[in-house]
Parts: sequence; C-alpha cells; structure tokens
Amino acid sequence: MSTATADLHDAPAEPGVNYLNASYGIRSWLLTFDHKRIGLLYLASITIMFVVGGVAAMLMRIHLIEPQGALFEPETYNKMFSTHGIIMVFFFLVPSIPATLGNFLIPLMIGARDVAFPKLNLMSWYIFITGAALALYATLSGGVDTGWTFYPPYSSHYSATNVTIVALGVFVAGFSSILTGLNFIVTIHKMRAPGMTWFRLPLFIWAMYATSLIFVLGTPVIAITLFLLGLERVLHVGIFDPAVGGDPLLFQHLFWFYSHPAVYIMILPGMGVVSELITAFSRKKIFGYSFVAFSSLSIAVISFIVWGHHMFVTGQSIYAGLVFSVLSFLVAIPSAVKVFNWTATLYRGSISYEAPMLYALGFIGLFTIGGLTGLFLASLATDVHLNGTYFIVAHFHYIMVGGAVMAYLGGIHYWWPKISGRMYPDLWARISAAIIFLGFNLTFFPQFMLGYLGMPRRYAVYPAEFQVLNVMSSAGASILGIGYVIPLVYLIWSMRYGPVAGPNPWKAKGLEWTIPSPPPTENFEEIPIVTEDAYNYPVAEAHKYPDAPGVARV
Amino acid sequence: MGLIQSGLGSLAAMIPLQPPAASTTAAGIDNLYLVLSGITAFFTVLIFSIIFVFMIKYRRRSDDEKSAATHTPLAVELTWTIIPSLICAVLFVWSAALYVQNGRPPASSTEIFVIGKQWMWHLQHSEGPREIDELHVAVGVPVKLTMTSQDVIHDFYIPAFRVKKDVLPGRFTSLWFQPTEVGTYHLFCAQYCGTNHSEMIGWIYVMTPTDYAAWLAGGEKTESLAQQGERLFTQFGCNSCHTGDATAHAPSLAGLYGKPQKMANGETRIVDESLISQAILVPNSVHLPSYQAIMPTYQGQIDSDQMVRLIAYVKSMSSEERNGK
Repeated sequence: MSTATADLHDAPAEPGVNYLNASYGIRSWLLTFDHKRIGLLYLASITIMFVVGGVAAMLMRIHLIEPQGALFEPETYNKMFSTHGIIMVFFFLVPSIPATLGNFLIPLMIGARDVAFPKLNLMSWYIFITGAALALYATLSGGVDTGWTFYPPYSSHYSATNVTIVALGVFVAGFSSILTGLNFIVTIHKMRAPGMTWFRLPLFIWAMYATSLIFVLGTPVIAITLFLLGLERVLHVGIFDPAVGGDPLLFQHLFWFYSHPAVYIMILPGMGVVSELITAFSRKKIFGYSFVAFSSLSIAVISFIVWGHHMFVTGQSIYAGLVFSVLSFLVAIPSAVKVFNWTATLYRGSISYEAPMLYALGFIGLFTIGGLTGLFLASLATDVHLNGTYFIVAHFHYIMVGGAVMAYLGGIHYWWPKISGRMYPDLWARISAAIIFLGFNLTFFPQFMLGYLGMPRRYAVYPAEFQVLNVMSSAGASILGIGYVIPLVYLIWSMRYGPVAGPNPWKAKGLEWTIPSPPPTENFEEIPIVTEDAYNYPVAEAHKYPDAPGVARV
Repeated sequence: MGLIQSGLGSLAAMIPLQPPAASTTAAGIDNLYLVLSGITAFFTVLIFSIIFVFMIKYRRRSDDEKSAATHTPLAVELTWTIIPSLICAVLFVWSAALYVQNGRPPASSTEIFVIGKQWMWHLQHSEGPREIDELHVAVGVPVKLTMTSQDVIHDFYIPAFRVKKDVLPGRFTSLWFQPTEVGTYHLFCAQYCGTNHSEMIGWIYVMTPTDYAAWLAGGEKTESLAQQGERLFTQFGCNSCHTGDATAHAPSLAGLYGKPQKMANGETRIVDESLISQAILVPNSVHLPSYQAIMPTYQGQIDSDQMVRLIAYVKSMSSEERNGK
C-alpha cells in the first residue's frame, strides 16, 4: 500500500476521457470493438459462470460431509459435479486469463491500439455467451449427469439428461476460443510497436502466444468429438458404440487429445501472469528470460502428445503406456525450469508484498505441489492405484485452482488499477489472499490422502472410514468460499470509492504502465518506440550485498 | 492444553494414512509411492524455504530501493534442467518396470470372469459358482479376472490390492492379483457409470485355502463354466457348423485360443476373449480366409453371461487339445 499512497500525490489528475467514460449506455458496451471493453464483458460473464460453478462445488462439499450423503439423491449429486466440471473448465478456466486479461493487455503490452481483428473479437464474445447460455439452460433445466468428460457409451446411449444441449454449448463456445486464439496470434505477429522485438516481449505475451497456438490447434478436435457425440445420441451412427463395431475408447483418445492440452490452456496464461508479478514486486529482470519463454512453447508442443496418460487403466497396450509415461515425465521438466527461474528472480530483488505478489507466491507454492504430484500419475505403476480416485481430483485442483485461479486473481489485483483507475484496500486483499491459500490447502490436501486410501471420485455416497478427511475437505471449502467472496465485494466497492490509482501505482515496467489509468480508448496517443528489454528495472549502483556471489559488477 | 493434545491425538487416530496392503503387488507400489512422496516433500520444502528466506532477506526497505543486478549463468539453468531430468528418468524406469511386471499374470492363475452392469458386479468362477458384488478367493493363489461390461464403461478396483482396470463393453480386459493377507477388502467401481455408480461396490473375501475349499464345496452344485458353455454351444446351434470336421462350413474351434490367426482382411490377430466375442456378435468382420462369410450375427441373442460361458467352452477345447486329446 505504501507504493500506492506515495504515488497518489504525484499522480496526474484522472484523465478526462478514458475507455470507460468515452461513451455511455448498454449499447455502447454491447456493440463495442474496444479490446478493453470486450475484456470486461468477458470478465463479467465468466464471473457469473464462476459463481454458478462455485455454488455447485459448495453444495457437493456440504453433501459429502456425511457418508450416506447429506443433501441429495445420487442422481442430483451426479448432476452437481457434472455442472461444476463443465462450467468451471469450459466456461471459466479456459477463457479466464486469455479472454479477460489477454484481451485487455495484449495490445497495451505490445504498443498497439487494438487487436488485429476488433470485430471478430466482439463476435467471439457473442459466440461465447451463446455457448454459455446453452450450457446454463441445460444445467438449470434438468441438468446433465455425464461428468465433464462425457464418456460414451454412458453419454451416448444411457444418460437420460440434457447431454446434447450441453455438448452443443461446449461446441459453440469452442469457436470463441479458436477465433480468440487466431486474433491473438495475428496481433502478436503484426501489431507490435516499433522496436518491440520478440525477445523484448513481456513473458505474459509469450504465454498468451503459446496458449493461442493450443486454442487454434486443439479446440477443433474437441469440437469434432462433441459433434460426433451429438450425432451418436441423436442419430445413433455408432462411431463409439461397440454393439455395431464402434469403439468407446476412440472417444477418450479424441477427448484427451484436446483436454490434456486444455490443461495448459488454463495454466500457461497463469505462468505468464506470475512472471509479470514476480518481476514487478521484486523490481527485477526475470531470471532466465529465454528459458522461461521457450519452456512455454515446449510445454505447448509436448502437451499434444501426452493424452494417453489419462488412459493407463483402459487396457491400452503396455507399449502405448510406456510411451505416454515417458512423454508425461518430459512435460515436468519445462515446468520445473519455470519454478526455479521464478524463485531465482527473487534473489537480490527489492521485494514488496502487496496482494498481487502474495497471490504470485501462493501460485508458485501450489503449482509446485500440483506439478510434483503429477509425477505420481505419470508413473505407470502408481497411476494404476491412483487413477480415478480423489488423488486425481486433488492433483488437478492444485494445478487449476491453486495454479490457474491464484494467478488469475493475482493478475486481476495487479492490473485492477489499470482496468478501473482505482485502488482497492490492500489490507483486505492480503487477508483474502491468505484465506484463499489456507482454505485451498485444507480443501484439497486431504483429498490426496483420500485418493491413496482408495476413495474413488464421483461417489455420491462413500464408506464411513473416509468421513473425517471428507469433513476436513468440506471445512476447507467453506473457508475457500469466503476467501473468494471478499475480493468480489471490495473490487466492486473500489470502482466507485477506491482512491485514484494513477498511471503506475506499482512503479512497474511495461508499456501498459506508461499510459493513464484507465487508458484512453485508443490506448496510446502516439505509438511508442521500444528501446529496451522487458523488466528493465533500474539497478542499484552500490549493492546492498556487495560480497555475495552471482552479482554483476557494475 | 492436555485436552487439545488428546483431541488431536484421537483425530490423528481417526485418519488412516495407508490403505491395507494385501496383495503381492501392493508393497512395490507403496515403496514407489513413498519415494515419490519424499521427492515431493523435499522439493516443496526446498522451494517454500528459499522463497521464505528471500522474502525476508530481500524485503524492500525503502520505497525507492532498487534491486541488485544479477546475471543468468548458463550452468545454473543447465543444472536445474538436468537434475529434474535425471530424477524423472529414474522414476520412469522404476515405475515402468514395476508396471510391466505387475501386468503379467502367472500361468498358474485361476480364472474368474467378471461382468459389470449398471450397477452390480457378476463374478463367475470357472468351477461354476456365481457371485454378485462379492468375490471369495484363497490367500496365496493368483487369480486372473477376465472382464467385460454389459452396458457402459465400469472399472474394477480393489484398493487393498492396488489393482484397477477398466471394464469395457464389447471387449475383454484382464486383471490379476495374488492376495497375501486373509481379510475382507473393498471392491469399488472406479469409472463413473451413472446414477448409482457409488453403490456399485462390493467385498473381496480372502480366505485360507481350507476355508475357501469349504466355501466352494458348500455352495449349490453347478456344472463348470465350460460345461455350461458346451450346452449353450448346442442350444444356439453353433455345433451344426463348427463341427470340428474338415469338410464343415466353419472352422474347428479346438486349439484356436491364444494363437495368431490370419483374417480374411489380411490382419493377423491373436484369438482372445475379445476376438471370440467379436466373432459371435459381428462375425463377418473377423472371418477366416478359407471360409465363406456366411455366419449370422448373434447380436441381441447372446448376453454377456452366456458369452463368458461360450468363451470358457472354446478355451476348454483348446486346453483339451493341448492335453493331447
């Protein structure tokens, strides 16, 4: 907070016209081509989806307090976890950072006035909300009970719920991802300001670029897969139906060919955000820029050839298992390199602990645990025992919630002054970051233990010996829930009552901090000319610790 | 204080840390799990401690403080690329070796057929007895399960044995274990299969050999699975073509099981449970080149229960052949 208040005095008065007050009325938002406003449209839409998915999760955790189930019939519980998974994965996590922060920041960070195709960008949002509306309609009008994985023949022949409509919703929303990815790739290639070479790009841009590649290459596969599932349900064509010579495992291959890379759609943008936060709050150049940048790309590439590790117990050949296992271990290495580089960036920095930094540090810790527990599942022998249990649930929540959601919240807090022009109360933000970190661990750590003990996931009722750990997990979930509500309250409060932020409250580097907050509609009055590397923070002439190793002599 | 301590103590007692380990494969998997946990704990503590130390040591002391310049030595980057790579290589080799070893049932295994259907398990001993959601086995005797599903995908999971395998419609998968401890253990369905998925559970009873023999003898007398299959073979008229005669319209099935066969479409496949099932349900997809594709499909006429009996019979023809009949 000290940085922020100090800055208030020398901050210029709020600029008269910015992207928020340039025009008024609902029409001016719904027909906008401004990438910043479109980012906010996404922010509002995915927040609604997060609340829906979160309520479903909360109800599940309450239900699981008792072994025989405290709230629902199994049928309703099954719909609850399906809704939670489908909404959170396809309608919150996949679009989360790319569609909100990516839309808002990519042009600002590369020195452009907008994305390459502003109209296409608005169309992407309309496509997204069409898909989201279909999914919401299907889940609220009777629900769907297949889980987010839609495995046939259950989904194609046996489930009597709204599978087709939900699959259509995910299918439609997929085109939003493809178009957004295309837009970002072209923008990053063609719209960089003079002097903004590839290796001067902020690492967030590298991460968005890698994510966009997966959007464009991976999403068509899930679209085709769900389209085939729809055909199967409606016309009984038999592609996945063994009774007529079809193959239900073919669906799993196709599904995971997209859905494993989709994990990296969720985590790569988070890694990009964390690279920005760590450098800004330790006022330091990132350690190993090119290693961090290329690890993003190598993760994106390897992510396409590891899908078979979801199928180690389906009876696939031993040799397929061996190949997918070794490739899965391979993806651990660029992830480890990133963690080490972030940690090393702190070395000899000037570190402050505003809320975004707490989220970033929390991300590193939780991502480390999430990544390392992935080794248990890449290992063939242990995967046999852990596959399909709560161990899997814990592992991917450490990546997707401990990783992706922490980074998303850290990013929202970091760029909120730029987005809204206002500061939020930093103390509340730090408190909520701490509550989220504690609540998260209490929710999901017991689930690792449950998984090793053998409790399968997607169980509406369970043997009584698993109760204590389930109660702990549910208690953690209620703490986590509180942690998520607090930011919602103070961020909305700050839009009206927060102190004026000024252009650069964190004294951070990056083109987005050189323009007023909120930025004017055209972003830059004059397109900037970039002459320096990213994160070119000033370095102390006389060192605080002149005798330590690893210090460049200046 | 004492109250809190005893409270925590009883809480710890209520939280089990390890599932029972009751098969020959359990110890190997538990050792690997323990080492993986150690690696996870080591790196987690390492990263958390480094962050914590840096957070304190390099905290910002004044608002206009600058950071110190550091450079990125290539050696450092290589070190933390190579060390994780080596650890991963060791883990891969260890886990893969264990997996391959755990995947091979001993030749002496007793065979039991498993049929999964929403939401129960049918278990069919070769000797004839049939169980639902319960399986009795003898301690020390390796058991091979040959499994199929009548509807959706299920998964046969015994945590205490550390074994799990999907149970698929339209094909057969297999799983084996050798129990080492007498006791009663959970059987779970570990692949979501619809409304009552969480109630598709059962118990594995591991008995001493004498108790098991008594259990086997105590049940109602039934024909063996292969004998029941032989009667079905006649009932469905299979024997009118598959006569075993060289001049018949259909190949003799004796001795086919477990051997590679060249199909009319040029593909060579091992004759296993999945192939026999496919040959009965979608016959023309796998007919042999020297015969005409004239067999009708039995789709909808033969259910999974009958299928496993027919398969047991076809397999018994092979073993009779091997025994010099």
